[in-house]
Amino acid sequence: MDEKRNQILETMRTQLSERGIEGDKVQFDATLAQDLGLDSLDTVEMTLGLEESFGIEIPDSDLENVATVGDAVDLIQRKLAVGA
Amino acid sequence: MSEQAALVTGASRGIGRAVALALAAEGRPIAINYRSGADEAKETLAMVEELGGRGICVQADVTDSEQIDRCFSEVEKELGAVTVLVNNAGVRADGLALSMTDEMWDRVIRTNLFGTFACSRRALRGMLRTRWGRIVNVSSIAGIQGSPGQANYSAAKAGVVGFTRTLAREVAAKNITVNAVAPGLVTTELTETLGEKRLAEITSHVPQGRPGTPEEVAGAVRWLCGEEAGYMTGSVLTLDGGMSA
Repeated sequence: MDEKRNQILETMRTQLSERGIEGDKVQFDATLAQDLGLDSLDTVEMTLGLEESFGIEIPDSDLENVATVGDAVDLIQRKLAVGA
Repeated sequence: MSEQAALVTGASRGIGRAVALALAAEGRPIAINYRSGADEAKETLAMVEELGGRGICVQADVTDSEQIDRCFSEVEKELGAVTVLVNNAGVRADGLALSMTDEMWDRVIRTNLFGTFACSRRALRGMLRTRWGRIVNVSSIAGIQGSPGQANYSAAKAGVVGFTRTLAREVAAKNITVNAVAPGLVTTELTETLGEKRLAEITSHVPQGRPGTPEEVAGAVRWLCGEEAGYMTGSVLTLDGGMSA
């Protein structure tokens, strides 16, 4: 389970590094808005990238409760579990 | 990278058709959207193919989000991501404000303004994914200055300008530009219904003394859709023979 979480985290790190965000900033407890400096459109853009990487669909309504990197990882994990 | 397509709404005739042809001439696959003019849309496609371009016709009423979604999905499947969107579909229902019905008001606002918003909203996801996009909205000189008998149309087209400027700011950092063109009097079927007297009256206000052609509008749209126009966003290009000069 933890291995999967770390794997998702790594994917997020890779994608966020393309946006100039340092990898060690991307921790489970980091907030997307304050710690990573993502605005709402950045978050949508990140989500689109994650949808593509993991072959899942994340409706905007699911993003309402995503404040931290950990929240995003949990959400992806739930989506993957449904798809499996 | 998969191919990138251009979608032109209301491309079965008039300015939309001219835009489809201008973009096709640059080698982009073209999605020709239409609402009711299936035969005319096919004519546009035939003209695109004659130029050595390719594309598809895709039916959708831009007043309906579900139809818009279906239209985009079809284009994405057939041609690739829609990275160029030209919101051209429009209707007119002229009459003096004092006798304008609710239905005339709503229909014109819905097609011209909501349709522009709804198609842009649907297009943005693909543009964000691709990290490149061009949206060109067809406004009108009636959205810049008053136009008696067109309160609904004028309000909708001014709304398009406001929408263009706001969306341009929202997506500016994402390599997506959003601009508008504001044609003056242009010879299309829409203007042919004006009547000769009204047409002559409007033409008398055009410094160049003639209506513009759809191709003259299309040339500006093509430029806005290209690489060269990369630094232009949130702008309104007037193409009106000097009418607002």
